[in-house]
Amino acid sequence: MTQAITVSELTKKYGEIEAVRGIDFEVAPGETFGFLGPNGAGKSTTIKILCTLADPTSGSARVAGHDVLRERDTVRRNIGLVFQDTTLDGYLTGEQNLRFHADLYGVPKSAFPARLRQVLEMVGLWDRRGSVVATYSGGMKRRLEIARGLLHAPRVLFLDEPTVGLDPQTRTSIWEYINELKQREDITIFLTTHYMDEAENCDRIAIIDHGKIVAIDTPEALKGSVGKDRVQISTADDALAIGALADRFGLDAGMHEGLLTFSVPSGEQFVPRLFAELPVAIRSVSVSRPSLDDVFMSYTGKTIRDAEATIGDRNRLIATRFGRR
Amino acid sequence: MTVTTQPPALTDAIRVAVPERSLRHDVRAVSIVWRRELIRFRSDRLRAITSLVQPVLFLFVLGTGLSRLASRGMPAGVDFRTFIYPGVLAMSVLFTSIFSAASIVWDREFGFLREMLVAPVRRWAIVVGKCLGGATVATFQGIIFLALAGVAHVPYNPVLLLTLVGELLLLSFTLTAFGVMMAARIKQIQAFMALTQMFVMPLFFLSGALYPLNGLPSWLSVLTRIDPLTYIVDPMRNAVFSHLSISPLAVDTLSPGITWNGWVVPLGLSLGIVAVMGAGMLAVAIAEFRKTE
Repeated sequence: MTQAITVSELTKKYGEIEAVRGIDFEVAPGETFGFLGPNGAGKSTTIKILCTLADPTSGSARVAGHDVLRERDTVRRNIGLVFQDTTLDGYLTGEQNLRFHADLYGVPKSAFPARLRQVLEMVGLWDRRGSVVATYSGGMKRRLEIARGLLHAPRVLFLDEPTVGLDPQTRTSIWEYINELKQREDITIFLTTHYMDEAENCDRIAIIDHGKIVAIDTPEALKGSVGKDRVQISTADDALAIGALADRFGLDAGMHEGLLTFSVPSGEQFVPRLFAELPVAIRSVSVSRPSLDDVFMSYTGKTIRDAEATIGDRNRLIATRFGRR
Repeated sequence: MTVTTQPPALTDAIRVAVPERSLRHDVRAVSIVWRRELIRFRSDRLRAITSLVQPVLFLFVLGTGLSRLASRGMPAGVDFRTFIYPGVLAMSVLFTSIFSAASIVWDREFGFLREMLVAPVRRWAIVVGKCLGGATVATFQGIIFLALAGVAHVPYNPVLLLTLVGELLLLSFTLTAFGVMMAARIKQIQAFMALTQMFVMPLFFLSGALYPLNGLPSWLSVLTRIDPLTYIVDPMRNAVFSHLSISPLAVDTLSPGITWNGWVVPLGLSLGIVAVMGAGMLAVAIAEFRKTE
């Protein structure tokens, strides 16, 4: 079976600035694949190349089995896009925006009315289809864009930062739509995000930093690769417990958030031993898996926020040189 | 037996196959891009009214004010406003055409351009749709101004009106193509406005819209012949004057035609020059929009 997306040795330079520095990955049909990284890491540039909006400097990419350079039009017919910034016409109604899209994509006129209703009902905008888009809220606009991206039943849907700039409640509801969509349509989703919690919705994630993929796997495996769970306990005598943990298990425990905290591989299996062997009464225990924040940190040595602070300057440089927004 | 059509079950995705690209598909794209311009124009009545202000000022305020002074040089029985009417009519589509093209800059700013550029259609379809849309909207604008012809003593002759509408369409298309060509390169709306403003007024003043093309000092004479707008204002004036009941001498004085070193440029060539320029700028615009990053 052909892969939904195949990328090999892809690079993209803007002048001397290397936005993408040789990446390879594959996305299987039906998979939800996430690109996780700070702003300016090369996520949007990669999406632009996959969507045929930018040409690679070197390397190749195939989407839905077609080369993004040589079979541009075929690729375009098979993809749907939801961009980071809204790309709707605020002067038109929701329905007119979708009709425009249908005509541009050559959606058969006989299939349009039913499909229009289906995608608009999916995102809960059927009742508002006659309203001018300028009157929509930010979340409604994003939902309309998702509906539009799906209108021509693409095989691969690209979501570039689908929830950026939305309030937490709207973000949650957008994710409900996306998850519902995965069940309803036979579709591969490629998305970029710099929100760790959202990346967990993906089947697989690539962590990208400075134009390179530093890790690629399922969220579970990535978190597993960090190796250690965080265990927090409260005991009758914390000082005694710290000593005992060091003596018996060789663990370096400390007090965080008022709790005795330490890290161990596979925390759930460690807890029974802890109860059996610790000579201090335990009042409560909690084991937490590493978050993707921990994963990003362990692969890049910095948090996503640190990374954005340094990359912001590089981005501005690209923007001023190439007049991009 | 009754046949009932049921709404599609919402649990199944409706299969929509996007067809292979064809000319028919490209034409459909031209049509929707064109229709979008009309929808937007219809919802923007303010623009329709405000862009009439300037030509009305020129015709009635400047025209009436200057007519007392100008009447000394005018052949008997011809109103100065009749003389400048064709030129001001051309002006009425000047701004609208170029501002229609400015919507490409807005589209880029608001991201809508990307929605168009990533679609599986030829780029020429989008550019042509845009130019046709701008031309149609501007011609509508011109037709509103055409309704005021009687006030300037220009007769409502069907042949004359049709000729003028055709010429307005040609002019509007060429101007929109010029605007779209500029919009391909200029990414900021302020810069676009400033730059087009810089072109538009000289184009208008050098076109002979407000004065006859004969007997000018040689420097001005040369400049008027370089101005592309001259080649549409002259046929429009010619059309108007051939429908007035005035002496042939008066026609010769006021609408002498364009001369190149004494040779009178035929109307067909004049219109041809405008059409070729429009096509040329359209081609440049299409080439610009074909580029990818």
